[in-house]
Amino acid sequence: MLPYPLLTLSLILMWLLLSGFTPGQFILGTLVAVFASWAMASLRPDKPKIRKWHLLPKLVTIVFLDIIRSNLAVAYVLLFGRKRGQRSGFLAIPLEIEDRTALSVLAIILTSTPGSAWLEYDPHDRTVLLHVLDLQNEDEWIDLVKNRYEKLLMEIFA
Amino acid sequence: MGFVVDIPLWGAIAVAFFLLVGASLTLIGAIGFLRLPTFYERIHAPTLGTSWGIGGIMLASMIYFTLSSQRLVIHEILIGIFVTITTPVTLMLLARAALHRDRAENDLNVPSKFRNEQDD
Repeated sequence: MLPYPLLTLSLILMWLLLSGFTPGQFILGTLVAVFASWAMASLRPDKPKIRKWHLLPKLVTIVFLDIIRSNLAVAYVLLFGRKRGQRSGFLAIPLEIEDRTALSVLAIILTSTPGSAWLEYDPHDRTVLLHVLDLQNEDEWIDLVKNRYEKLLMEIFA
Repeated sequence: MGFVVDIPLWGAIAVAFFLLVGASLTLIGAIGFLRLPTFYERIHAPTLGTSWGIGGIMLASMIYFTLSSQRLVIHEILIGIFVTITTPVTLMLLARAALHRDRAENDLNVPSKFRNEQDD
């Protein structure tokens, strides 16, 4: 009956956040959410498979802290200019994850972290082209993407 | 609404702090957007506004309205979620259009499609 329980739940939650937590709104929101997830089912997207739920908070924490840190780093570069030797550049990183949801989560992480931008993903080569504002050390960035995010994402969406 | 409601001092400090952090980061992002020389560098600047810029203003709003209306007001978090998950879409669209144009013009600063090791 519910093809996408997570979607239905998020829709109900969103409905209640927007219109207030009352029993009437709960019933209305549930109806909307159920019909919306049926509509989603008829589009037949790939169903995301989250294997290890307990790792999600870890990912969120890591990303949250990284975003704060890179916000400060990029703000510094923008205000005071770059130090000698700092330059921006392109960086191609081969990826192992293929799951669409995992890839889009990685794209969101890298985009919302200031200082790195996801330019394009090539599904044939399975490489992603990034642009990095402060490319002092290429290996550091590759290490960050491969070991810090990709490993965790591969465990979550195995 | 429209008038200032009394909120506790710690609340006022927290609201002011997050509002200033958010607004300053957004402003710095906008300045960077003006000052950076190339397209690919410029796309980094506005992400300050879409990450902690929006985050700070969102937190300030949640704290202020929760304290002043005496109930939990957290629907701002939806703005944060939607901004975060939609930014990559526009960014990739713009970036790929720029890459396509630069590659068509054989710009040597841009890595070509099937030679990934090439660097500038």
